[in-house]
Amino acid sequence: MTRAAPHIPAGRSRRVRGRPLLYTSYTQDMALLDTPAKKTGTAVLVLLAFALAVLLQDRSLEVLAGAYALAIGAIGLNLVTGYAGQVSLGHAFFVAIGAYTAAALSGPPGGDTLGYGLAELWIWLPAAGLAAAAAGVLVAPLATRLRGLYLAVVTLGLVFLGEHVFKEWDELTGGPGVGREAAVPQLLGVRLDQDGPLGTKEQLLYTLMLTLLIVFAVAARNLARSRVGRAFAAIRDRDIAAAVIGVPLTRYKVLAFGISSFYAGCAGGLLYTISGYVEPGSFNLLLSVQFIAMVLIGGVATVSGSIAGALFISLLQPVTRSLPALVPFISADTTKTPNVFQVETVLYGLLIVLFLIFEPRGLYGLWIRVRNYWKAWPFSY
Amino acid sequence: MKGLLETLIRGLGNGSVYALLALGFVIIYKATRVISFAQPALMLAGGVAVSHLTGVTGFYPAVLLSALLIAGVALAIERVAIRPMVGRPVFVVAIITLGIDVVVRVVVNAFIGRDVRQVGDPWGFMQVSIGPLVVQTRWLAMMAATAVLVGLLFAFFRHTRYGLAMRAAAFDQETALAQGVSVGAVFALSWGLAGFLAAIAGMFVGTGQGIEQMTWVVALKALPAIIVGGLDSLGGAVAGGLVVGVVESLFQSYQGEYAPWLGQNFAVVSPYVVMLVVLLVRPYGLFGTREVERV
Repeated sequence: MTRAAPHIPAGRSRRVRGRPLLYTSYTQDMALLDTPAKKTGTAVLVLLAFALAVLLQDRSLEVLAGAYALAIGAIGLNLVTGYAGQVSLGHAFFVAIGAYTAAALSGPPGGDTLGYGLAELWIWLPAAGLAAAAAGVLVAPLATRLRGLYLAVVTLGLVFLGEHVFKEWDELTGGPGVGREAAVPQLLGVRLDQDGPLGTKEQLLYTLMLTLLIVFAVAARNLARSRVGRAFAAIRDRDIAAAVIGVPLTRYKVLAFGISSFYAGCAGGLLYTISGYVEPGSFNLLLSVQFIAMVLIGGVATVSGSIAGALFISLLQPVTRSLPALVPFISADTTKTPNVFQVETVLYGLLIVLFLIFEPRGLYGLWIRVRNYWKAWPFSY
Repeated sequence: MKGLLETLIRGLGNGSVYALLALGFVIIYKATRVISFAQPALMLAGGVAVSHLTGVTGFYPAVLLSALLIAGVALAIERVAIRPMVGRPVFVVAIITLGIDVVVRVVVNAFIGRDVRQVGDPWGFMQVSIGPLVVQTRWLAMMAATAVLVGLLFAFFRHTRYGLAMRAAAFDQETALAQGVSVGAVFALSWGLAGFLAAIAGMFVGTGQGIEQMTWVVALKALPAIIVGGLDSLGGAVAGGLVVGVVESLFQSYQGEYAPWLGQNFAVVSPYVVMLVVLLVRPYGLFGTREVERV
């Protein structure tokens, strides 16, 4: 006697009113926005973010646009380090490859530095991502041979080698201290880095970065809940166990580095369009550490955490710059001893240490605590 | 030939400083399974402490005092930031040391200021001739000091109670704990030793050219050294340090002539190239133990 296969409800099944946490199908359980609260919350956040383009002043928009570009890079690092567990201190190297690919493709031909005059965003952005991804795939075989801190040190070496190459390759980068013009953001003939009929330069760039961040973030979330994402998590938790249950380690580690570097490359291409200028000395260990800080302060293996971390680190700078007005003993002069730059650097370091000791889940963890408190309110003990 | 030998001596001199730094990394790694990225800051702090104390107490007492001072700083860091993290993933602890490094360096930079600080060493750029070779005295001083320190350190590990305790804890923490070894004391001792060695290395880095804010980068050359030698091998750290020093020195002397296409200052990054090559052949370094993998 054969028994019929149990019926698994497919597609979107009905939600039960007043029971937001009751899932009646697998699709519901795996949905990106699985509760009504998340749906409305996300919608409000996205609308608010777009509304900021007209509400905020240009100076603040510039900072936020930079934060969004960094957030794309942070999501990339979180994919390889947070989801797949492969520690990479070499993120700055991949960001640099993206930045220079984009700058070279969109730069004016016949100038001091390499340029091919392809200023359209949809050409140089994927190209920047792919060039960085190619570099990531080349590095990945090392990751399959090395584990843990060996890998961290090797990727650190990558940053130094990259810095050397970029400082020496004057044709591409303009050389240390000189630099070159960054990628030109042009979309369907409209220059986004100049004031135009559609809005000011900052408004245009802000909207561009926000749109791209949403695209990249949704893509990363979808990746994380797919077969690939589950394979990454298995490798992170125990790579030998993952291999035993049939996850091909090499393929997925290469994939993790490739995708992460793609994100880094795109972030690199976009990041420098705001200042319009790239200097080869900026892709150093500090940049890698900043990305690590974003991931750790935001929340390991969460996309929303990466975004929060990037915003946090980017907003730290304007906040510390305004400190001298509030705290009299901190000086804005770099030659005095407690100056804003020192305070800023100390804050990076201290925040990393404090978050790791007291809230390893980062800002995302803080949010979970707050949310759970109010979920259970008034029985919050 | 004469040039080559002089290059080698310079390489061995610098390499022995890298070896001191690498020993600090490896001692901490063996005790706690963590690479301490705070070593560059401790090294810088050591050099700066010497440069401040040397005018007060004279050079040699200043070196000893600074090394003890930095060992104390390292102990404090271990107690405050590393001890609460026992049992947490090593990556997390490594990143904490990275954060500490950033903080300590800012503080130390405030003691350096804009200028180059001299450590007041008796060697400077003085040269001495050994037969036909003319070499700087400081290379010889570095080699001699490292030889003595490494000898003392190996004797300490082999012949003292605490050395035995450290070896036991490095071999198997839980078993060592069960035999009455205070693993916490071992952690503290390893950080203290690493701080002591880093401070001496910092002093040597400052001989001749002095200490400035960017000097900390030198300490990162110990990273390729420990990877080349193998993360958990003390002998490997010394060998790796010397290899890195010699390779760097060879590139300094000959790369401009034979391989100018590699660009200026390639010597600075050459240790990383050596590291990549070694790792492609031996993923656990030359003397590192292969990890036994269990599910």
